[in-house]
Amino acid sequence: MSSVIASSVGEHHPGPQTQERGQRAVFCGLTSIIWLHRRIQDAFFLVVGSRTCAHLIQSAAGVMIFAEPRFATAILGERDLAGMADCHEELDRVVSELIARRSGINRLFLVGSCPSEVIKLDLETAAAKLQVKHENRVRISAFSGSGIETTFTQGEDQCLKSTVAELPALGASEDNLIVLGTVSDIVEDQFRRLFDELDIKNVHFYPGRKAGDLPAVGKGTRVIAAQPFVGETARALIESGAELISAPFPLGAEGSKAWFEAAAEAYGVDSERTQQVLEMPYQRAKRAVSVHRSKLEGKRIHFLPDSQLEIPMARFLSEECGLSVNEIGTPFHDQLMMRGELARLPQDVPMVEGQDLDPALARVRAARPDLTVCGMGIANALESEGLRTKWSIELVFSPVQGFDQAGDLAGLFAKPLAREEILEVGSWS
Amino acid sequence: MELTLWTYEGPPHVGAIRVAASMRDVHLMLHSPQGDTYADLLFTMIEREGRRPPVTYTTFQARDLGSSTAEMVVNSLRESAERFKPQVLMVADSCTAELIQDQPGALALGADLPVPVIPLEMAAYTRKENWGAAETFYQLVRGLLSRQAPPPGSERPPRDANTRPSVNLLGPTKLGFRCRDDVVEIERLLNSMGVDVNVVAPLGASPQDLQAIPKADANVNLCPEVSDLTCSWLARTFGMPTISTIPMGWGATRDFIAEVAATLDLDINVDAVGESRLPWYSRSIDSTYLTGKRVFVFADGSHAIAAARVARDEMGFEVVGLGTYSRERARDVRAAAKEYGLEALITDNYLEVEAKVQELQPEMVLGTQMERHIAKRLGIPCAVISTPAHVQDYPARYSPQMGFEGANVLFDTWVHPLIMGLEEHLLHMFRDDFEFNDSVGPSHLGSEGEGARAQDTSSGHQADDGAVVWAFEAEKELKKIPFFVRGKARRNTERFAVEHGLTTIEVDTLYDAKAHFSN
Repeated sequence: MSSVIASSVGEHHPGPQTQERGQRAVFCGLTSIIWLHRRIQDAFFLVVGSRTCAHLIQSAAGVMIFAEPRFATAILGERDLAGMADCHEELDRVVSELIARRSGINRLFLVGSCPSEVIKLDLETAAAKLQVKHENRVRISAFSGSGIETTFTQGEDQCLKSTVAELPALGASEDNLIVLGTVSDIVEDQFRRLFDELDIKNVHFYPGRKAGDLPAVGKGTRVIAAQPFVGETARALIESGAELISAPFPLGAEGSKAWFEAAAEAYGVDSERTQQVLEMPYQRAKRAVSVHRSKLEGKRIHFLPDSQLEIPMARFLSEECGLSVNEIGTPFHDQLMMRGELARLPQDVPMVEGQDLDPALARVRAARPDLTVCGMGIANALESEGLRTKWSIELVFSPVQGFDQAGDLAGLFAKPLAREEILEVGSWS
Repeated sequence: MELTLWTYEGPPHVGAIRVAASMRDVHLMLHSPQGDTYADLLFTMIEREGRRPPVTYTTFQARDLGSSTAEMVVNSLRESAERFKPQVLMVADSCTAELIQDQPGALALGADLPVPVIPLEMAAYTRKENWGAAETFYQLVRGLLSRQAPPPGSERPPRDANTRPSVNLLGPTKLGFRCRDDVVEIERLLNSMGVDVNVVAPLGASPQDLQAIPKADANVNLCPEVSDLTCSWLARTFGMPTISTIPMGWGATRDFIAEVAATLDLDINVDAVGESRLPWYSRSIDSTYLTGKRVFVFADGSHAIAAARVARDEMGFEVVGLGTYSRERARDVRAAAKEYGLEALITDNYLEVEAKVQELQPEMVLGTQMERHIAKRLGIPCAVISTPAHVQDYPARYSPQMGFEGANVLFDTWVHPLIMGLEEHLLHMFRDDFEFNDSVGPSHLGSEGEGARAQDTSSGHQADDGAVVWAFEAEKELKKIPFFVRGKARRNTERFAVEHGLTTIEVDTLYDAKAHFSN
């Protein structure tokens, strides 16, 4: 693929790879709304779905948020399903109600769910109709976060992909860099400072803090992914002329360094200059990671499929923290997005794509790893069997990217192990 | 289509999972898309369960639609039966599966499984979580017991004089409000009356235990949201009487004892069964400050009704609002509200509840996790009395709501968020003290007390209805009133001004209103 700027390392993971099909224990893509509605401060997410959808989002969020949230559910009732009520008219009513209520909203996403997909409710057409009605007031579009089509973090990919068509065209003589995938505000600020020092200009974070912060895209666009779960958006940008910079994800000292190096290389930044700029944050990140290394070194870790961050996390932990990786489960394996990661993984790590929950849990029980990274529904069940766990959702909800978060990232994994050493009550083994 | 921000109840299949998760040796096969497995975390996170609920989800995806979803159902059923070897396998659809009409119940009955099957119809688009729990429990009990049913019209044989009387405690479930401790407390209470507990269900029961239900003399309908349907079926089919007083609060616990005694024909002196500290604590001089505190009560039906009674009769509060999110209990709550001279608020719309609390400006809210958020935003003290609740409402300590110990717990829990007697007076007197003022909040709640977060709901000099304006001095005087009564004072003054045709509120208007409303 000529539109991918390949890294110098090999592309394929040589270890054993299997696919599993069976019961999955993952969130659906609607869960992405929990961070997207905080990231894009003037966007509102209206799920068109069932009571289950509403219940999922509020339960997965863990705590209910203090202020009125920037998301809601239009719950389909029997009248909608039986055709007694016209879904488009109903949606029209609900959206008008919502827009009247929330004056600060500039962008409304109608979010498809399992029930809306199954009854083939065409939300894109609905959004286009509603757009005419609310023109000049709010931009309206649709994407799917349904569980039959997306898992967990894929909701963000669908959301971003749905906006690619709106991106303005980049002028023929211009160039820009798109950093793709949600990062926290503080990470964005840190990254901007480093890009400035590298003299890389026209950097856009996508999604931005405002719904209107849309980057232009064209032949002069380079894309670098900050998150592994934005593959379809990356492909859509490539189709619009952009080049994808292949790099490991900016996790850990090494991952962050390689990520910035890849960007700098693509921009033809003098490599001495690059090393000069990155040296201080890189050394600082290594020092911060080393604080946790004694807790982590030699420990065995097991990843159950959840957030798509499994592969880069396994790479960081084996490369920089001295853990051995027992198994990497991942909901799906996007070869394009993982090009920069695979060659950095230890050769013999078994990788499992998809899931069959009970056999997967049986492997965890048989291996008894020191730490299992898994979804919230499973963690306490494993803890009660004496197995230490880390919730994968924390890896999505906390600022972990970049040099100055590398120590925090290692700390997230070290904490459960440290806790085991501290506690003098009960037993974990 | 209904616009929802937060929902009080989950979908009905979550109710089915609650029943399954409460029991032993049952398994639920839920036909559902990937994503619906989030329900696991309700149990493992909120209630800190050390096991996943006994549920297998088919987790179908788009690629399975139209071809293999029915096959997935049958495979999941076979695997569940084989792997978990339950005494009973329940089968249900979640909302999406209901639309694709694979009829998993029929598939299960036709699959020749090595285990009894109970199919459930969850009606995802018309019903909600508590209904789902009630329906599941009923189908399970009926499925297991209908073959034992005596011919209609048979007389129930009288209890053998040599056997101790016994009852079943029906309704408690996982994720119910303090069910774990209420069961212990009520069992203890019944034992002290010489009454045995035959079966507790669903909580902790196996299908085999359910088969023993008819051996008891009566059923205690402990959590009517879950057990109402089952109790009335048992009454109709087995002639088992239902004991329906919810023993929450001192008075209701005594009524419960009396109802148990009457139902089982026991000669019992209520005073000898047990006692609570609530009556004395409430009569002790410190509690005078509780008198007439205006409380707003919103909960599931049974907790709302019980809490209102405790609030008025046992704490000396004034109940200014009463409501429920549970439409199935609406009739009972409406009837109860009448006794307090109120119109019940029946809604599952969080925003309507918030608007009502804002309008009434109560001094305390007794509600759910939702009302905790509303109260926090409005700076009103709040105690949680009902589901939906959060992890902190599943405490490590023994903390029942029912029985005599439950009455003690209610007293403590409801008094705790309030500002105590003399402290309240000192705040009135010296509210400009730079360290000790109402924005600091109650001293026993630390610097993060509710007062610190209280938002002044005033909209500046303009009153809410736009017709009356606050003069600068009057506004300043209003701010001298401690926050926990300021909202009420503001509202009363504006009402007074409107009623008297005044357009500007002066300092004197404030005190005229105070005098007017003080009687």
